[in-house]
Amino acid sequence: MIEFLNSIQNSLIYKNFFLVLSGLDNTILLLLISLPLGFVLALLFALGRVSKITLLSRTIASYIFVIRGTPLLVQIYLIYFGLGSVKFIRESFLWYALKEPFWCGVIALTINTVAYGAEIFRGGIQSIEKSQVESGLSLGFGKFLLLRKIILPIAIRKVLPSYGNELILMVKATSLVSLTTYMEMTGIARKIMAKTFAPVEAFIAAGILYLFLNFLMVQFVKYLEWKYNPHLRLNN
Amino acid sequence: MFKFDKLVFGDAGWGDEFLIATLMTLLVSILSMGLGLFLAIITVWAKIIQNRITRFIANFYTTVIRGVPELLVIYLIFFGGNAVVMSIAKVFGYNKYIELNALTIATIAIAVISATYSSEVLRASYLAISKGQIEAARALGMNKFSIFFKVISPQVIRHALPGIGNVWQITLKDTSLISVTGLVEIMRQSRISSNVEHSPLTFLITAAILYLCLTTISGRVFKTLEVNYSKGFST
Repeated sequence: MIEFLNSIQNSLIYKNFFLVLSGLDNTILLLLISLPLGFVLALLFALGRVSKITLLSRTIASYIFVIRGTPLLVQIYLIYFGLGSVKFIRESFLWYALKEPFWCGVIALTINTVAYGAEIFRGGIQSIEKSQVESGLSLGFGKFLLLRKIILPIAIRKVLPSYGNELILMVKATSLVSLTTYMEMTGIARKIMAKTFAPVEAFIAAGILYLFLNFLMVQFVKYLEWKYNPHLRLNN
Repeated sequence: MFKFDKLVFGDAGWGDEFLIATLMTLLVSILSMGLGLFLAIITVWAKIIQNRITRFIANFYTTVIRGVPELLVIYLIFFGGNAVVMSIAKVFGYNKYIELNALTIATIAIAVISATYSSEVLRASYLAISKGQIEAARALGMNKFSIFFKVISPQVIRHALPGIGNVWQITLKDTSLISVTGLVEIMRQSRISSNVEHSPLTFLITAAILYLCLTTISGRVFKTLEVNYSKGFST
């Protein structure tokens, strides 16, 4: 038994696991900034998308079209390599953020998730029954109160499953930031691979951690669904 | 800032290189979509026959691949694929060094990812066929093959087309990750060109526009197919 434990401790995958684990905080840091920011902006963009101001709605629609039509990798590269090559951006205050791969990653991930999230929330907002809005209006709700008390809560809880999907896609998307030399889990796994020439062990260690992270995300979304859908619970 | 003169065809610009790269992206997407659909059919079959072991394997495959970043899967297949193929060849008594070419690895890697998405779409559309249809076909004396090709397939295709269209868009965009393996597709080409010309913005915007064109055009194609396949269904 002890020999077996020792052999596990000496195995490459076990050592790699803790090395890759040291990149977990960088991955989570990316998510902690880009997910909340993306959520708020996506809601605002969705509201702009369904608004009656044609110009605003059209602009947001084309933004969503462009972001959803191009790979995330192009967006990350455009922000990291592309914007950095423009002279007046290098001389402006933006350069303080854009010279760091971390902030480039945060910006790219946020831009990406806002486009997908806005489209999801738009579906939720448009699926609200008219009668609910009308009953709010008949109670004398103002526009803002109607939004805060009726439209947003119903829309958000309706789209929670698909927004949960988007959150999981975002967890996976953070791995692309490693291509801008930012050392999160995939970047570290890549470095281990280059050092030890044992690709399978390095990437499986990272894969287990990503699976774990996604498992937590699924549980979190499930909890939110349970919390905000009290009328769907089987037993109170 | 944006150097249009670098995008002409011929030796002075990168136009023809980008054209070839675009065709390569399309080739990888189509090949891996096809292989992915094939794998997806096997996965769906493993999930719907009443066998615990095959169902467990299929569920394990789809859960793991969908829970792990695409980049990691590509790295694993790119760096680990040769070793696996060589160890299989060793069983058959072939001891020399084998190297798979980049296109094969790219196709397999993207297909493995895209198959997980396709299998969910196909499974849902298979389950949408009412059981009465299969029973009716059996009552008419059709054998398994006729039932599959004449009753199940046409309906699965019609139900699955919108979902398969989505998977196609995802697959097309996932091919950009293949650039890390060195296969010259749009993304890799734009990195090469921008390293030579020291103008990343020009070539990355070109890449973005090319991807946008590909996704838009293929979106149109799938719309037409959907209309074509749902003839007689006025929904």
